[in-house]
Amino acid sequence: MSAAQTVQQSFSSEVKTRTFEVNERQLSLDRLVRRIGKVGLLFNPIFSFFFLWAPILVLVIFSFNDSRSVATFSGFTLRWYLNIFSGAVGAGDNFSTALLLDSLRNSLVIGVIATLISSVIGTMVSLALSRSDFPGKRVLDAVLYLPVVIPEITQGVSLAVFFNAIFGWWNMTTGQRVSMGLETVIIGHVAFTISFVAVVVRARLADMNPKLEEAARDLGANEWRTFWAITFPLALPGIIAGALLAFTLSLDDFLVTFFTSGAGTNTLPVFVYGLLRLTVTPEINAISTIMILASTLLIGISLALQGRNAVRG
Amino acid sequence: MLEAQARRRQQRSGLLLALPAIIWLGLFFLLPLGIVGVFSFLTREAAGIVSLPFTLEHYERTFGVFSVVLWRSVWISVVSTVICLLIGYPLAFFIATRQNNWVRQLCLFMVVLPFWTNFLVRTYAWRILLGDQGTINAILQGLGLIDAPLTLLNTPFAVILGLVYGFLPFMVLPIYASVDRFDFKYVDAAHDLGANDIKAFFRVVLPMTLPGVFAGSALVFIPCVGAFVTPDLLGGTQGLMIGNLISRQFGQSLNLPLGSALSVTMMLIVMVALLAYVRLGNRRLGG
Repeated sequence: MSAAQTVQQSFSSEVKTRTFEVNERQLSLDRLVRRIGKVGLLFNPIFSFFFLWAPILVLVIFSFNDSRSVATFSGFTLRWYLNIFSGAVGAGDNFSTALLLDSLRNSLVIGVIATLISSVIGTMVSLALSRSDFPGKRVLDAVLYLPVVIPEITQGVSLAVFFNAIFGWWNMTTGQRVSMGLETVIIGHVAFTISFVAVVVRARLADMNPKLEEAARDLGANEWRTFWAITFPLALPGIIAGALLAFTLSLDDFLVTFFTSGAGTNTLPVFVYGLLRLTVTPEINAISTIMILASTLLIGISLALQGRNAVRG
Repeated sequence: MLEAQARRRQQRSGLLLALPAIIWLGLFFLLPLGIVGVFSFLTREAAGIVSLPFTLEHYERTFGVFSVVLWRSVWISVVSTVICLLIGYPLAFFIATRQNNWVRQLCLFMVVLPFWTNFLVRTYAWRILLGDQGTINAILQGLGLIDAPLTLLNTPFAVILGLVYGFLPFMVLPIYASVDRFDFKYVDAAHDLGANDIKAFFRVVLPMTLPGVFAGSALVFIPCVGAFVTPDLLGGTQGLMIGNLISRQFGQSLNLPLGSALSVTMMLIVMVALLAYVRLGNRRLGG
């Protein structure tokens, strides 16, 4: 008799002889476990939400504090906000309002241009990957995911090395000096946002009914017309969502910008980083609060847009 | 005939559509990574300049002098991932099991919204809380629990706190998706077969939501290994991680080959984590 059969037989005999005696102690223990579990499960979100929100709330509260301390609240003031707008951001000339606005403008310019380029390229590659077959498709598919998983710092560092090498070579051969600036930052941002756009747009394309495109073609539309009349309008919510993601990532990015911007080109995060490293002033709390407010507004708008799309179908 | 022609045309248009992405990623993502790979074996001639004889010197230093930092980066990342899992799993479970759709959406929103504020700002907030004259020390002293301020800032503890805070949503969202997909009839079945809640959880719920756990762990561990901002703002010298070491080689000391070797090592750690994730995921699917 094989081992498996023995097990089976003893198992079936066990089932036959099994009686359903209620073990009172075990039952009350199980009840206790369930009660603890329920309470624990309620306790965790309270703790978690407190953990997630308390730092932000503290930051906002102390941005209105009428003293430089972050330990005690001594009264309400708008002084730090007024300081930002009247020239004194902190640490003398290093951080003036003009520089702050300059860095904000850089952030927006980089964000808009990088988003435009990466949404177009990202949408194109999504179409290629989901609608056609070509040699090297699988390799491209894998490479496309790499920027999402590889640490941002390696991307920033490798771009810095790359641009330094290229510009050094250019300087040697032509004698012209080129240095990193807005353009290199935009190139870097496009390089890592294409992948995110592609992920979002491909999900949307996968949800679409391919029969609609076939129908258009059967009715005599060429590929170009099919794309603009059917594919593009249907994929548009996905493209917009991808573009919004790319824009947020670009605005928020610190590391790639830090390594590809060279001297003199600040974006808002790079500016804020310099501020955080060198000084501790209440003005930082005020700037941070404004940034929190701005990103909350941005999310609100994008959610509202998505909600409208969802209603329209 | 016609079909083959159509297929060729479709292939060509596909390649054409993919071409900009291929060029951009090839030129500004893969090529730079390749250069870093080559640089990591070159000799440092002067600040910012590399030259030929190939050498393993930088890897020797990475695994020699800098192994302390390397090791610290790994353990800080592991601990942060585990803490994220311990906080994130119950949280995701709680949110996914709410019956009211509106409450569920609100809870998810509450998890994600802090995540959308700038990472620097969120990390800076912990500097306010943890400082010697910070909010936490003020509260503890006010309550009379401690006499002298605790040293919280510039420690590995502060870094772990910052990383958990920064990446908790990465853990919550995939686990939420897993639990949301889980059919709770299996729990009823386990109860009918005599399992109590603990048994039902560990033998039924947890195994079936493991894909979310693995995905969340990978999503937290990878950015932790690559962290720069958190250890920079919260860690001081005691909490220094590879990211800080790398950025130094490209900043003050301009030792490009050493920085490259450190970057390659960091990517290797990430790749090992990813491979483990794929392997574990496949094994789960296989049986």
